[in-house]
Amino acid sequence: MNEAQIRSMKDLPSTHLLGAGTSMCAGCGGLQAVHEVYDLVGGRTIFVNAASCMTLLSTYPFTPFRGGWLYTSMASAPAGAQGVRDALDILLRKGRMTAEDDMTAVVLAGDGASFGMGLSSTSAAIERGLDFLYLCYDNEGYGNTGQQASGATPHGARTSTTVGPRGYVGRKKDLFGIWAAHRPVYAATVVAAEPLDLAKKIQRAMSMRGPRLVHALAPCPTGWDFDPKDTVEIGRLAVRTGIFPLKEYVDGKIVHTVVPRPRLPVEDYLRLQGRFAHLFAPTRNEQQLTEIQAGVDEYWREVT
Amino acid sequence: MSRLLLTGNGAAAWGARLAAVDYVPAFPITPQTEIIETLAAWCEAGTLEARLVTLESEHSMITAAAAAAATGVRVFTATSSQGLLYAMEMIYTVTGWRAPFVLTNVSRALAAPVTLEPDHTDVLAARDSGFLQLHCSTCQEVVDSVLLAYRVAEHADVRLPAIVNEDGFYLSFTREPVDLPDANAVRQFLPPFETQGIEFRASRPVSQAVAVLGGTPYSYFRYEVHLAANRALAVYEEAANAFARAFGRYWPAVETYRADDAEIVFFMIGAFATKAKDAVDRLRESGWKIGLVRPRLLRPYPEAALREALLGKRAAIVIDQNLSMGQGGVLASELAAALYGRAGQPLLIRFIAGLGGREIAPEEFYEMAKVARGAADTGVAPTPRLLYTANELRELRKLQAIAHAERAGSAR
Repeated sequence: MNEAQIRSMKDLPSTHLLGAGTSMCAGCGGLQAVHEVYDLVGGRTIFVNAASCMTLLSTYPFTPFRGGWLYTSMASAPAGAQGVRDALDILLRKGRMTAEDDMTAVVLAGDGASFGMGLSSTSAAIERGLDFLYLCYDNEGYGNTGQQASGATPHGARTSTTVGPRGYVGRKKDLFGIWAAHRPVYAATVVAAEPLDLAKKIQRAMSMRGPRLVHALAPCPTGWDFDPKDTVEIGRLAVRTGIFPLKEYVDGKIVHTVVPRPRLPVEDYLRLQGRFAHLFAPTRNEQQLTEIQAGVDEYWREVT
Repeated sequence: MSRLLLTGNGAAAWGARLAAVDYVPAFPITPQTEIIETLAAWCEAGTLEARLVTLESEHSMITAAAAAAATGVRVFTATSSQGLLYAMEMIYTVTGWRAPFVLTNVSRALAAPVTLEPDHTDVLAARDSGFLQLHCSTCQEVVDSVLLAYRVAEHADVRLPAIVNEDGFYLSFTREPVDLPDANAVRQFLPPFETQGIEFRASRPVSQAVAVLGGTPYSYFRYEVHLAANRALAVYEEAANAFARAFGRYWPAVETYRADDAEIVFFMIGAFATKAKDAVDRLRESGWKIGLVRPRLLRPYPEAALREALLGKRAAIVIDQNLSMGQGGVLASELAAALYGRAGQPLLIRFIAGLGGREIAPEEFYEMAKVARGAADTGVAPTPRLLYTANELRELRKLQAIAHAERAGSAR
């Protein structure tokens, strides 16, 4: 990164690099994150995509990206990044390409690939020390196919495959923790509704080499059943209720970049989303709401 | 040129070394592993200036291979059997990237039951993917075919990945004398990979493998792969001639052995074709007009050359070392389609044989020849069948009796 260090909102890029007019849904929190990330990573990148909603960003003959794009499969985007990175390194070392033509490999994947099918190739890429940025936009379900439950679905959420009164009975997998256990050079959670926090983390990630995770919570109007105008509000509430902690892993330590004080009741976040409506009507499910709140409380008790 | 005793796997590794590959994404699987171990040792020693990376699966390995090829380096990789099947999503995907590289498949029969020994059902699962397929019957052919495969795969008219197939065990672990082509002459035959601008560079961004909306663009791009594969026929012929001029060995798309005046021919691919040649020689000594027709190139399918070799024969004994469940042998059905409705088409005598490494004995070749002659005399082809002796069945029944006794014993 050549730009000066980002310290405040006024330092954020004013020119926007990602093209408009994509086929993402109105109010897509994932696209909002990709916009903000792309302004900072720029066009000297190749986005290596795993099957997800954003596979449709590059639909022949259009692309919103200024740099490269390679769609791979659901399971093997990190291996695609490995092939590109290795080839670029070989070309540089053998003098068959100039440094000006070098690019940063960025994996772009949804939670379906990141938390499930692609974990094996992700784990191996980190273990090999692959120099890449992994951007997961997490809308907490298989969104592109109509929001079926994935390994990222939160406890209690109704999805199109968990339609019972208790919603999804499993627990959201800790992707950040899985990455941290691999000791990568960097891992962070972000949400587009907190653009300054996001920008600082992307800037830090881009100053490093090696495996780097950016896990973006992606409020999803269609999958979570809320009004598209509320995407930013829901993103903020995810942070302020503490249900989605903003943190980073660097030099072997985990630091929370935003500690919500006071922490709002998690209900404030849940209530805006149709996927949690069954917790409030026809009767209030006090037990499950208490459980969810207790889970959040426990997390913050442990880390602060 | 130097002469070495090499296994099929050693020959495949030498092919990659002589092709001066840049990148080897790898994953171990029997009987292929010796190839990547050999290459790893050369990379370490610096005798091959390439980067070898072990991926965590063949699915990832093929993804990395094609991604690197799409970035503009020469890539070699290898697998077998379950590995090829595990990679199958990407085998079918990467042909659409039009990124050429070479994959050596060391054929091994598919589970279940689990075995390490060869047949060709694995590689034929990749038949419709867009990968070119070259099938070898000797170790010499393996090293030469790797070089031929790069030349054809990288050609501007083709730009498709290629599989060079060798049989597990019978070729992979069998040492044969191999004439290694001279490295300088190889550089003439196979210049460095020319990307034609299809590569990822910051100054010239491209989008690869994007989505399309609807059948119109899909049909166009997918059919382009088919047309490119078809163009590989002429490109192959040119490459085989150039190879013959440079190295004195001519590897036609379809090998014919003592077939010109033959009335009956064996028709098969792979290492066991050398057994068929031996049987042809013996039968010729007894006065038979018999030969062998062996397609080396299976994709693209050398239809015209096969017609030329086979029309006018009385019978072709098709030996399929593969099994399309519920249909039969793949070679036979493809050959029947190529010959259908043509004057002088031979009677096809269909055998499934050599599954899971099952030997084909000389006497069995003679017996198949007799069956073919009898059928040709009556004009009626016998029902396709599995080459399997009464003695074998008796031995298997013994194993079954033991299995039943063991199970009954453990249940008590």
